[in-house]
Amino acid sequence: MNELGFAWIDIGILLLKILVVIVVNLVILMIMEWAERRVSAFIQDRLGPNRVGPAGLFQAVADGIKFFFKEEVVPTGADKWLYTFAPLLVLVPALMTFAAIPFGTTLELFGRAEPLQIVDLNIGFLYIFALVSLGVYGVVLGGWASNSKYPFLGGLRASAQMISYELALGMSVIGIVMITGSLRLSTIVEYQNGLLLGFLPRWNVFLQPLAFITFLVAAFAETNRLPFDLAEAEPELVGGYHTEYSSMKFAMFFMGEYIALITTSALLTTLFFGGWDFPWVDEKALGIWGVLLSIAAFALKTGFFLFFFLWVRWTIPRFRFDQLMRIGWKVLIPLALLNIVLTGAGLLFVH
Amino acid sequence: MIPILFFFFAGLAIASALLMVTHKNPVYCAIFLIITFFALAGLYFLLGAQFLSVVQVIIYAGAIMVLFVFVIMLLNLSEEVRLPAGRRLQSGFGIVFAAILGVQLLVIAAAGTRVFGRLSGDTPVSGTVERLGAALFSTYLYPFEIASVLLLTGIVGAIILGSKKLPKEQ
Repeated sequence: MNELGFAWIDIGILLLKILVVIVVNLVILMIMEWAERRVSAFIQDRLGPNRVGPAGLFQAVADGIKFFFKEEVVPTGADKWLYTFAPLLVLVPALMTFAAIPFGTTLELFGRAEPLQIVDLNIGFLYIFALVSLGVYGVVLGGWASNSKYPFLGGLRASAQMISYELALGMSVIGIVMITGSLRLSTIVEYQNGLLLGFLPRWNVFLQPLAFITFLVAAFAETNRLPFDLAEAEPELVGGYHTEYSSMKFAMFFMGEYIALITTSALLTTLFFGGWDFPWVDEKALGIWGVLLSIAAFALKTGFFLFFFLWVRWTIPRFRFDQLMRIGWKVLIPLALLNIVLTGAGLLFVH
Repeated sequence: MIPILFFFFAGLAIASALLMVTHKNPVYCAIFLIITFFALAGLYFLLGAQFLSVVQVIIYAGAIMVLFVFVIMLLNLSEEVRLPAGRRLQSGFGIVFAAILGVQLLVIAAAGTRVFGRLSGDTPVSGTVERLGAALFSTYLYPFEIASVLLLTGIVGAIILGSKKLPKEQ
């Protein structure tokens, strides 16, 4: 401890954790870019990219190099400042979200207990929710600043869609908060350790199935993934809000979208599938192996949801915009409200 | 550390508020207002009011301002047109009210530490969700219920206005 009230080693470890999380996110992003094409090819009975590296694994590297060397085009009549700023507004909140997600149990090394989480915020879920609600600005401003009709329509659609689905997203988690009694994500994960009825892992997906469904559907809409990718519907809007973008600015939109996807998968794991909890095992009693096991369990579950997002994208066709709004307001929000009432009644019954 | 952050957020809030008023392009005005909200959220956080600060971002920056930006873009407002001459009366009133507000602010600032007590740094968890919830549902239960009735009225009113059948165009 120095006179400023913190120890340098804490700052060092914090920076190290941030670095590790960002690097891992970027690596998964590259794998996702490859996996998206390979999985889509598999589903559509094609081969997919298989030339660069073994099984086409270095395709993402090739794409990255291509993005760097492409010409930067700024359309005439575009608002230069906002046009440049908008991709950052998508990427930065997406990268920041992971800070509150616990990705493993507490690591005890050299006499220090280090939770595997960048910051354990008291208001963890609200922090994530705030960042998710900011992601929309990049899309809206990017569409507007391009000064072009299709991107503009894409941006407007995105803002209407994200405002509508944010409500369902937030409200479906209230049930979990009621059960756990905390917004702290590490507490929510701790709570899911253990067994239900003696054999079922006590994951929130079993306690809150309705909330899981509403959250999952709203998450698809929030991340702008098919079947809800109305903001970039190719048949109607050319490319949506990023039609006028090229080179690295386009790549940043692209990266922001995929990192939001990774974070959403991690969040689904944390909130509904026990986070780093490996069922039927007490990680804390196993020492360093328990820590590794918890990280592996977290990675496996998150990986499953990433695959699930791809799977759905290449299976289900796109909704119409009026259908999308109807599902959001007339189905998901009432269901989420019903879930709150049911959870309240259930808690009253149990206590 | 805390004073540096305080002056950073306070300066940011004042600068972006000024830019919001003076900038000509309405979209930029909205963006500067969002930055102001962020700076305020930072100040709340420094005061230990974590919940308030995050809710500030979610509600104001994340929901209300998105609607503002949405409407500004939909109307496609162009650069602000200069006020026509002959609006001396309005600017006169504006100056008078600004002066009154300024004096009030000065009085409050001068009396601030005496009346409200100095904010101390040793209660960093004062604004946690648990404490806020406990206070809302015990001490402030009555105003809380009244506010919820008010919100319900607003929702019902919005639904009635929204569901009003327009005459069919034939």
